[in-house]
Order: sequence, then structure tokens, then C-alpha cells
Amino acid sequence: MRSFLLRRLGQSATTLVGVSLLVFVILRVIPGDPAKMLLPEGAPQSAIDALNRELGLREPMWVQYGIFLRSVTRGDFGQSFQYRAPALRVVVERVPATIQLALAAMLLTVVFGVSIGVLAAVRRGTGYDYAGTVLAVLGQSLPNFWLGIMLILLFGVTLRWLPTSGFQGWRYLVLPSVTLAAFPTALVARLTRSSLLEILGQEYIRTGRAKGLGERSVILRHALRNAAIPLLTVIGLQIGTLLGGAVITESIFAWPGMGKLVVDAIFFRDFPVVQTVLILSATIFVVINLVIDLLYTVLDPRIRYG
Amino acid sequence: MSRLLRHPMAVVGGLILGAVIAASAAAPLLASSDPIKPSFGKRLQPPKVLGGASQNVLGTDNLGRDILARLLYGGRVSLALAASAVVVAASVGVAVGLAAGVLGGRLDGVVMRVADVQLAFPVIMLAIAIVAVVGTSPGALVSVLALSGWVLYARTVRASVLTIRQLDYVEAARTLGASDLRVVLLHILPNTLAPILVIGSSQFATMVLLESGLSFLGLGVQPPQPSWGAMLAEGRDYLSNAWWLATVPGMAISLVVLGANLLGDGLRDLLDPRLRQ
Repeated sequence: MRSFLLRRLGQSATTLVGVSLLVFVILRVIPGDPAKMLLPEGAPQSAIDALNRELGLREPMWVQYGIFLRSVTRGDFGQSFQYRAPALRVVVERVPATIQLALAAMLLTVVFGVSIGVLAAVRRGTGYDYAGTVLAVLGQSLPNFWLGIMLILLFGVTLRWLPTSGFQGWRYLVLPSVTLAAFPTALVARLTRSSLLEILGQEYIRTGRAKGLGERSVILRHALRNAAIPLLTVIGLQIGTLLGGAVITESIFAWPGMGKLVVDAIFFRDFPVVQTVLILSATIFVVINLVIDLLYTVLDPRIRYG
Repeated sequence: MSRLLRHPMAVVGGLILGAVIAASAAAPLLASSDPIKPSFGKRLQPPKVLGGASQNVLGTDNLGRDILARLLYGGRVSLALAASAVVVAASVGVAVGLAAGVLGGRLDGVVMRVADVQLAFPVIMLAIAIVAVVGTSPGALVSVLALSGWVLYARTVRASVLTIRQLDYVEAARTLGASDLRVVLLHILPNTLAPILVIGSSQFATMVLLESGLSFLGLGVQPPQPSWGAMLAEGRDYLSNAWWLATVPGMAISLVVLGANLLGDGLRDLLDPRLRQ
């Protein structure tokens, strides 16, 4: 177990170093002049050059990477060009809003995705099954930016039931989290249905029924528990979708999280903030998937990492 | 093919996709007016079903341009970008996957690490970061989309190569003196085509979504050039008095994505023997 943990930690660390290099190279190799974006229009070339020098953008690439690594070890990830504050602080201030949104969406995904999937599998071939399938196909086909706008149109503009932008309490969370959850919910529902159907055909399920277990116990304690591993894997991978989807969802609903921050930062060529957001989201993704790998052993005692 | 026709969902998907592609291709014939030139005299006209004029079937936008014309021309842009991205991603991914699988060793290790690194990013964040710096020319957009998609093919092809390499018929071809290149191109590649086709058709849906997402954020196709994502973003400001502006392009995107998803699912059922009932 310990050696497995060390190996996986090592792999994760390598991945993250790779991520930092990739982000860095992409943002620097490609043309675009941050200083020009930061200064008022029509600023003289000398001012642009001076600012570029001040920001360290005229150094050779490997020196810039070195400066960046030093800022990482210092714990500030460089200075935000736009906010004139440590990039990490700028980003971390926005993290709670994104986490709140992602958690709400994740909760909706698990609750509705698994229930719809279970219902469709247990009532296979009935109206429930078809309704579930149609919902799932729709959920995977509606672009979240369109769904968000349609929800705003219906609940915000027409019915005036819910607020459509901002961040002050749970009512503000409803529309963005539904928007963000639609796609992963559909995916989880389909996967729950198909893995549950496969498991329900197994002999131990028949054994369970034969020894007189109630249907509820067969489904929830025996079948669903065995479907948990593929489900958990997919849910873990959906963290990436949620963080990415947050970019668009937060922009639509003016939700003050990392997603909106990164879009704004990109328009300002605020590289330190962009690279901090990218690295931070990759870290969250990698850590959560590591935790899920470890959870397998809890869910399925047959899995032992040597 | 005949088996595909017996798969109703796949047929529906194929028909939807075919219809939208045909309509976009025939845009110059179907559109009654210019998709780019503003005509301020008839701003925000409702669609015909809501009492609008009959020459603007789907109404007009905030600059008085015909929405149907913009939808058809925008479809050309969105669909062409997505299709090119799938082709580029598949070519690169297959080549890399074949090379990694056949040559193995250090190359294989490096390629798979790069793939891991890339999978750790939310795709859209990577895409917007790149577009923000490279700009939004069609070539740049296709590259960004393709970059987000090659990993799937590379992994799948590599895995198939590792399995197929061990099979007797490959051994037989080798014994008969076939060169490595011949074995790869004639014996291994054809057997990886089924999963590539399945990935490709589902990925088309993802690419359409990603491209419209980028255009929606203002990082894709630039105005006045019509694109579905940008039309949607423009319509957002007129939700209270002209809701069809945002509704119509969204329906077009959903329809294409739905068609491609249904087709992809159908192909998967058909081509993956393990899932065949």
C-alpha cells in the first residue's frame, strides 16, 4: 500500500510538473504583447518596452521559467499584471465560489444521475426507462451555455422566480448549478443504467433474491455497491468537466469564481493569473483522482495495492 | 451498412446530421439575404410563426440581418471547423498511437506521459488559453480543437496495436517477409479503424460544442462573420424583447450534437462486438 501510494504520488507530481511546463510554454511561445494590452491605447513603444522588461517578458524563456519556479516556491505564483497583487492570492480569493458551484453541481449529478439510472435499469423497457434515456440524451446534447440562457429566459426573465446573476445566497446558486450539472448528470444516469443492468444479470443477484432478500436490499446493497467503481471513476473524471464547464457557466451567470477570472485574465493577457488557474485546476483534478484510486480499496475489498 | 439501417437511433442521428450539413452546404441557395450586411430598417423582427414578415422566416437580429441566412452561413463555419478538427485530431492521434505502439520504448513512455498531462486539464481552459494568444484565425481554431482531441485516438490505437501485434496473422505476415511498415499499414491499421470511426463521430459533437463555446466567449469566429456560438452570445442581450435571437442558434447546435451523439452511439453498438446484443 505504501509503495503504491508513493508511486502514485510520484506520478501525480510528474504530471503536475509537465502541466506547469506545458502551460508556461504555451503562454510564452505564442505571439501577443501583454504590455500593449495593459497600457492605455496609443502608448509609446518605449513605454511598452519598459513595461515588458519590468514584467520580465524580455528574458530568455528558461530564465522566465526559473523566475516562475522561484515564485512557486515562494508561494505567490508571480504578480498579477492586472491586479498588481500576488497571482495566487488573486486566484485563491475566487476558489470558494467555484468550489461551491462545483459541489452543488456534483451533488445534483450524483443524486439525480444515480436515481434516474437506477430507476431506468430496474424498470427496464417501461416508460420510466424511455423517459430516462431521452432525458440523458438531451442532457448530453444541450450546450451548457444555451441551457443556461434558456433557464435565465424562463426562470429569470419570464417567470421572475430566481436571480440570474451574482452571488448572494443559495437562490443564486440554483440556475448555475443546474446548468453545470446537466451534462455530467446525463452521463452518470446512462452509466448507472448500463452497469446496473449488467450486474442484475449476475448469479449472486439471483442468489440474493433466492434467499429471500427484499428487492430494495438487492438493488441498493448488492447491485449498486458493485456498480460503484465504474461510477466513481467517471464521476472523478467529471471533475475536469465541472471545472471546465465553470468557465462558461460562471461567465453566463456572472459568478465570481475561477472560471470567470480566467476568461477576464485572458482578455487582459494576465499570464500569471492564467497559468495559476490552469495549474490549480490541474492540481485539483489530479488530487481528486488520486483520492478516488485510494477509495477503490474501501469500496471493493478485493482491490489491494501492493 | 444494412445492420446500421436497422438501428433506428443511428438512422435518426444520421438523418439529422445529414439534413443540417446539406442545408448549410446549400446556404447560398436557401438564404434569401446577405448574412453580414446590416439593414437597420428592420431590426429585431420576430419569426414568421410569431407574426413576422414572410421574407425573414426566423426573424431578424439586432442589426436587421436575416437570422435564417446567418444560421445557414454560420453552420458552414461551425461544421467545417469541427469536421476539420476531427480529421486533424484523428490523423495526428492515429499516427502518434501507431508510432508509440509499434516502436515502443522511450518514445512510447514520453507520448503517454504527454497524454496524461493533457488529460489533467479541463479542455476548454487549455483551448481558451491558447486561442487567447494565437488568435482566432480558422487555422488556429482547428489546431486548438484538434489539440484537445488527439489523445483519445492515440490511446485507443496504441492499445489496439499492442493487442493486434501479438496475433497469429501478424506473425504470419512477418514470417512471409513483410516489412514493418507494410505490417503496420496493411495489417494493423485496418483493424483499428472501427474504434476510430466511433470516436470520430462522437467527437464531432464535442468539437461543435467546443467551437461554439469558444465563439460564445468571444474567442472563436469573430464578428461580423456568423457563427452559432457568437449568434447565441449576441442574443443574450435581447432576452427580454427578442428571445428568438438566442433560442434559434442554440437549437441548431443542440440538433447537430444530438445527431452526432445518436450516430456515434449507433456505430458503437454496431462495431463493438462486446456490446452487440
